[in-house]
Amino acid sequence: MTPELRARLGRLASFFAIAALVAVMTGPSGSNDSPTLGFTQSFAQPYSYFGLFRGQRWMVFLTLALVVLGLHTLWRRGGSGVRSKAQSFRQTFDAPGRRRTSALSALVVVAVVALLVPHLITNPGIQSGIVEQVLAYVILALGLNVVVGWAGLLDLGYVGFYAIGAYVTAWMTGRLPIAAPFHHPVSSFAAIPVAIVFTMLAGVILGAPTLRLRGDYLAIVTLGFGEIILVFSNNLTNVTGGAQGTNPYIPSFTFRIGGIKYLFGNVGYYFLVAGFVAATIVLFRLLEHSRVGRAWTAIREDEVAAESIGINPLKYKVMAFAIGASVSGFAGAVTASQIGVVYPNTFSLYFSVNVLTLVIFGGMGSILGVIVGSVLVQGIAVYLRFYPPSGYQASDLYMYLGALLIMMMIYRPAGLVPSKRRRREIRQAEAGIGHEGDVLLGEQP
Amino acid sequence: MSDLVFDVKNVTLRFGGVVSLNDVTMEHRRGEILAVIGPNGAGKTSLFNSLTGVYRPQEGTITLSAREGHPISVIGRGAHRIAAAGVARTFQASRMFSALTTFENVKIGAESHRGIGAVGAMLRGPATRRDEKASDDKTMELLEFVGLKDQANVLSASLSYGARRRLEIARGLATSPVALLLDEPAAGTNPAEKLELANLIRRVRDELGVTILLIEHDMKLVMSVAERLYVLNFGSVIATGTPEEIRANPAVIEAYLGSSETQTSEAS
Ligand SMILES: Nc1ncnc2c1ncn2[C@@H]1O[C@H](COP(=O)(O)OP(=O)(O)O)[C@@H](O)[C@H]1O
Ligand SMILES: [Mg+2]
Repeated sequence: MTPELRARLGRLASFFAIAALVAVMTGPSGSNDSPTLGFTQSFAQPYSYFGLFRGQRWMVFLTLALVVLGLHTLWRRGGSGVRSKAQSFRQTFDAPGRRRTSALSALVVVAVVALLVPHLITNPGIQSGIVEQVLAYVILALGLNVVVGWAGLLDLGYVGFYAIGAYVTAWMTGRLPIAAPFHHPVSSFAAIPVAIVFTMLAGVILGAPTLRLRGDYLAIVTLGFGEIILVFSNNLTNVTGGAQGTNPYIPSFTFRIGGIKYLFGNVGYYFLVAGFVAATIVLFRLLEHSRVGRAWTAIREDEVAAESIGINPLKYKVMAFAIGASVSGFAGAVTASQIGVVYPNTFSLYFSVNVLTLVIFGGMGSILGVIVGSVLVQGIAVYLRFYPPSGYQASDLYMYLGALLIMMMIYRPAGLVPSKRRRREIRQAEAGIGHEGDVLLGEQP
Repeated sequence: MSDLVFDVKNVTLRFGGVVSLNDVTMEHRRGEILAVIGPNGAGKTSLFNSLTGVYRPQEGTITLSAREGHPISVIGRGAHRIAAAGVARTFQASRMFSALTTFENVKIGAESHRGIGAVGAMLRGPATRRDEKASDDKTMELLEFVGLKDQANVLSASLSYGARRRLEIARGLATSPVALLLDEPAAGTNPAEKLELANLIRRVRDELGVTILLIEHDMKLVMSVAERLYVLNFGSVIATGTPEEIRANPAVIEAYLGSSETQTSEAS
C-alpha cells in the first residue's frame, strides 16, 4: 500500500467517522427509557434533509461526506487546470484600473441589493429576523474582528459588552427597576451614544488590567467576564429585572420632522443598521490601513519586536478592545430597542461563540470575509428558523456551525475570504517561519 | 566626565540560580562603536535585554541619557518606553514581521513613535496624510541607505539572511534612535555580506550619528569595526579596552580568543 493510498483511505475513514458522528449528534436525543434512541434512529429511521435526500440519516450524511470528499479530490488533482484558469482570470481583474472598476461595480450591486431586500422580503417576521439575526451579527462580527482578527486577542466574553449596551438602553429609557439617570428617561435613539460610551469604558476597564495576559489566559478572563455579566443580569433582580427581563417595552426609535412623528418599523431599523454597517466598513477600512492597523499586525506577529520599536502593546490592545466593545454595545442598544425586551438568557457563551464562528468562518482580519461569512451563516440560520426542514431542530444549528468550523480549519484555515496578511501568516506558520512564544535568547547552541 | 549614552553600574541579573550578569559595570560613550564579546552563554544578550528594558536586573542601575543631560533610569521601564526614548535594537534570531513586506516592516518603525489616534486614523485628515507621507519618504530613504530599495515590496520572509539583518537595522533606524544595539548581526551571513555589514555599521555611526553597541562572534568583524570592547565571561566583565589591548590581554585569550577560532568555524 503506497503512502498516497493510505493517506486517501485514512481521509475516507475519517469522513465516514465524521458522517456517523454528525448523524448521531444531530439526531433525536435519547431518553432514560431508551438511551440508544439517538443512535438507532440515526441508523434505522427514514430521514429527509432539506427535502433533498430521502433515506436514512446515516446515508444522508455519508452522501454529504462523499460529495465533499469528491469535490476535494477533484480540486486537488484535476483542479490545477481550473485553478490556473481562475488565477489568470483573477490577474486580468487585478490589473489596477480593471480592479477598481470591478470593485466599484460590485459595490453598486451590493448597495442595490441591500436597498431592495426590505422590499423583496415583506414577511415582517423575516424582516426583523434579518435585522436582529443578520445585520446585527454583521456589526458584531465586524467589531470582534478588530479584537480577534487584527489585534490577535481571543475574546470569549464579547457578549458581555452587548449585554451592557442593551441594559444601558433599557436604563436610559427608564425600563429598569432602577430609575433612569436624573429621573428623566430619554428616547432609545438618544440612548445609543450613551450605550456606546459605556461599553467603550467597560472595554477599557476590563482590558487595561487583563490585556497583559497572553493567549489562553486572556480567553479565560474574558470568558469569566461574559459569565459575570450573565449572572449579574440574571440575579441582580432589583437592577436588571432578573430572568423575566426588562419591563415595560423599550420604545422603538422615533423621530419627528415637523409635526409628523415617524416610528421605526422593521424597514426603518433595517436601513439604520445597514447604514451603520456601511459607515463601519468605511471607517474600519481606513483603520486597517492606518498605522494603527499596522501596529496591530506588528503586535500580533511579534510582540517583542513590536515593543523594540516603541509600540506599546497594551495601549493598542486596549484600543482594539474598546473599539470592539463599543461596536458590540451599539448592536446591543439597537437590538434592545427593536425587540423591546432585554432577557438575560440571550447573553450566554453561545452568543460569543456564535460571533466568533462568523469571524473565523468569514476570514479573520478580513472585513469582506467577515461580512460575507456573517450574512451567509446568519442568513441560513434565519432561513432555517422560518422554513425549518422536516427533522430540523433549532439547536442543530450549533452542530452544523461546529462541523463547518472543523471543515474550514482543515481546508481553508484562513477563512472564506481570507485577509492577505493572515493568509501569509498561516502559510508561514506552516512552513515554520516566524516566531512562536517567547524566544528572546535567539539560537542557543 | 565624558558624555555617556548608557551608564551601567553594578548590574546583577539572575534567573533562579543562574547568574546571567554579575556585577557588570559599563560605560557607553555617545557616538562610539562599542562591542561586547564573550563566549556563548556569557550574558551578552542578557545585557542587551537589560539595557532595553526587556529584562529587569535585580541589582544595580542603568542610566540612559538619550539626550545629553536628561538621564532616565532603564530598570523598571517597559521595553517600548526605552525604545521610544531612543534605543533601537536588532535580535540575535532576526525577528521581522514576516507576513509584511520589507517596506511595511520599516514603515511600522517610522511611524511607531507618532502618537496613536484611532479617530485620526479613521477620519484620515490632512495631518494624518502628511504623517503618512513623511513615514513613506523616510522608509524609502532608509531602504536605500541599507541597500534594500529594490526589495521594498518583497515579503520580508523571502529575504536572504544578510538582507534580513539589514532590514532589521533599517527598521530600528526608522525610529530615529540615539543608540542602535546589534545582537550578532553577522550570524548566518557569508563573508561578502559581513564586509557589507561592517561598512553599514560604520556608515550608521558616521552619517547618521547613531551610537552603536555591537555583540558579535566574528572576531575579524568586531576588531575592524569596534573602537572599544567589553569582554564578558560567565556574566562578569573580565576585560575592557581598545581592540589592540583586548588582543593582548592574557585573561581574554584564555577565556575567549583561544577558543574562538574553533567556535567561529563551527558556527559557519
Ligand atoms: N529568560 C531567561 N530565562 C532563564 N535563563 C536565561 C534567560 N535569559 C538568559 N538566561 C541565561 O543567562 C545566561 C546568559 O545567556 P545569554 O545572555 O543569552 O548569553 P549570550 O548572549 O552571551 O550567549 C545563560 O546561561 C542563559 O541560559
Ligand atoms: Mg546571545
